[in-house]
Amino acid sequence: MILLQTIDLRKQFGETKACDGVNFVVNQGEFLSLVGSNGAGKTSLVNLISAQLTPDSGQILFEGKDITFSPVHERIKAGIARSFQIVNLFDGLSVFDNVALSIFSREGKAVNMAALADHDHAVRAECLDVLGQFGLRDKSAALAGGLAQGERKLLDVAVAYALRPKLLFLDEPTSGVSTRDKGQIMDTVSSVVRAGTVTAVVIEHDMDVVFRYSDRIVMMHEGRFLADGTPAEIRANNEVASILLGAPLST
Amino acid sequence: MKADVPRISYRPKLLLGLAAILVLVFLALLPLYLGIYQTQLLTYGLIASIAALGFNLLLGYTGLLSFGHSAFFGIGTYTVAFLARDAGIHSMELYILIGLPIAALASALLGYICVRHTRIFFGILTLALSQVLYSLVLKLFWITGGTDGLRVTRPSLLGGTLTFTGGGAYQRFVHAYYYYVLAAFALCVVMMWVIVHSPFGKALQAIRDNETRARFLGLRIRRFRWIAFLISGTFTGLAGILWVPLNGVTTPDVTLYWPVSGDIVFTALLGGFRNFTGPIVGGLVFTYLKTYAVATTEYWQFLLGVVLVLLVLLLPTGIVGALSALVNKLRPKEKIA
Repeated sequence: MILLQTIDLRKQFGETKACDGVNFVVNQGEFLSLVGSNGAGKTSLVNLISAQLTPDSGQILFEGKDITFSPVHERIKAGIARSFQIVNLFDGLSVFDNVALSIFSREGKAVNMAALADHDHAVRAECLDVLGQFGLRDKSAALAGGLAQGERKLLDVAVAYALRPKLLFLDEPTSGVSTRDKGQIMDTVSSVVRAGTVTAVVIEHDMDVVFRYSDRIVMMHEGRFLADGTPAEIRANNEVASILLGAPLST
Repeated sequence: MKADVPRISYRPKLLLGLAAILVLVFLALLPLYLGIYQTQLLTYGLIASIAALGFNLLLGYTGLLSFGHSAFFGIGTYTVAFLARDAGIHSMELYILIGLPIAALASALLGYICVRHTRIFFGILTLALSQVLYSLVLKLFWITGGTDGLRVTRPSLLGGTLTFTGGGAYQRFVHAYYYYVLAAFALCVVMMWVIVHSPFGKALQAIRDNETRARFLGLRIRRFRWIAFLISGTFTGLAGILWVPLNGVTTPDVTLYWPVSGDIVFTALLGGFRNFTGPIVGGLVFTYLKTYAVATTEYWQFLLGVVLVLLVLLLPTGIVGALSALVNKLRPKEKIA
């Protein structure tokens, strides 16, 4: 079943075509990776879908409904959430508060000013549960700004995940962390996302990570889709290999 | 899952509540040992703290620096003056009941315009709009009294239970009014404390720290800023309502001119705008500082300017911020096992 679809989506910055007629389909329940070299248009595509950018033309359909010009809060309400390439947290707030805010926002409780935030038992229980799933429960009282980079990456995803989205975009969840931490982060993220039956689209450069965790891989190049297939199909695609690595991909 | 959730610890909040009650008792006992002038000065200090508390919801918690809070203070004072002169009302409770919605409405209107921008543009807009109001009050002298302002007689308190006429009325008023303002101050502190620790308060802090991420949590940024502006202006309006019966007169220069906004900014900086108690301490200290500076030298603005420069250079986190840093430094470090 198609969850998200873009039809002939276009976005241009000056002479540069960030998205050049992109027809993108995300099916419900899949763990999809969006790959491509720097400047391929991956983040621009996610920015268009998440309403950080407005398309020049084309259409974005989510669950069959046109959301092309819907504001951010409506897309989030519809079930689209995202994390960011550069970790984007509330550094002055605790780890607990970072996640709790997502839950308050989702539940429409963020405007409540007559009760203490940490006395909402339901939110507190869910928040600690989410933090537990991401291995951050012990850090719940720490300031988000004081976490290690790997933990910050996980918290970034946890904040988006706590919105209980139907579709979650993860923009380079392992960038800037050590090779050892990459595996841990992706193990955690993929297990949480799959257990929560969330459809995930991951932008990732590390092809080992991509092949290991993805159900489907879509490759972008110069604002267009170059290839779309299972990890085995992409591995066998020589054009992909030559663009990504300049050589065939190892098996 | 629920059995696994640790219980909420009420101990820190109980200790905080106990400390607050002790401070309140201390403040309640002070007039027994102070003269009438000092009691009056302390009342002004508490009123300044209420204004600063409101102001700091915008600066400290939302990250918006307003240079136009004199508008709300002035609206509070002039509402009382109009009610006294034109409606013949002399009840403090009616001043508050009628004045607060007017201050809230004015805050909502000005806020609707101002929160469309942030940073310097927000500051300039608030300054400009407040000075438009100042000019109007100054020029419409047949309504507002112009530079002479409007006089306000001593109102009755507690629904007419306490009236102040006859011999010693001024002393009795100052004494009773101190407790009236102290009660309002305590209520304001509790209300603001709940607001900044509520989901709404957390959302404001999130918007202050990272607007982009807050937007991607589904928070409607402008709406949150507008509500914060409304609350902030209403608190400052209340300060104006409480101030004018004590002062007896309101004039544009004393309540609406831009230096009044500057005083409120100074107050928050002095106490420290990145903590809850900073503006409260700032309000009290600034009142004494300004009063004694004015009494000591004709160059009192220069003296306050020097204090401000030193404050920014040496105590950027304000009095409370510096004290809490000192306490943290002196606190024995936990041994690392």
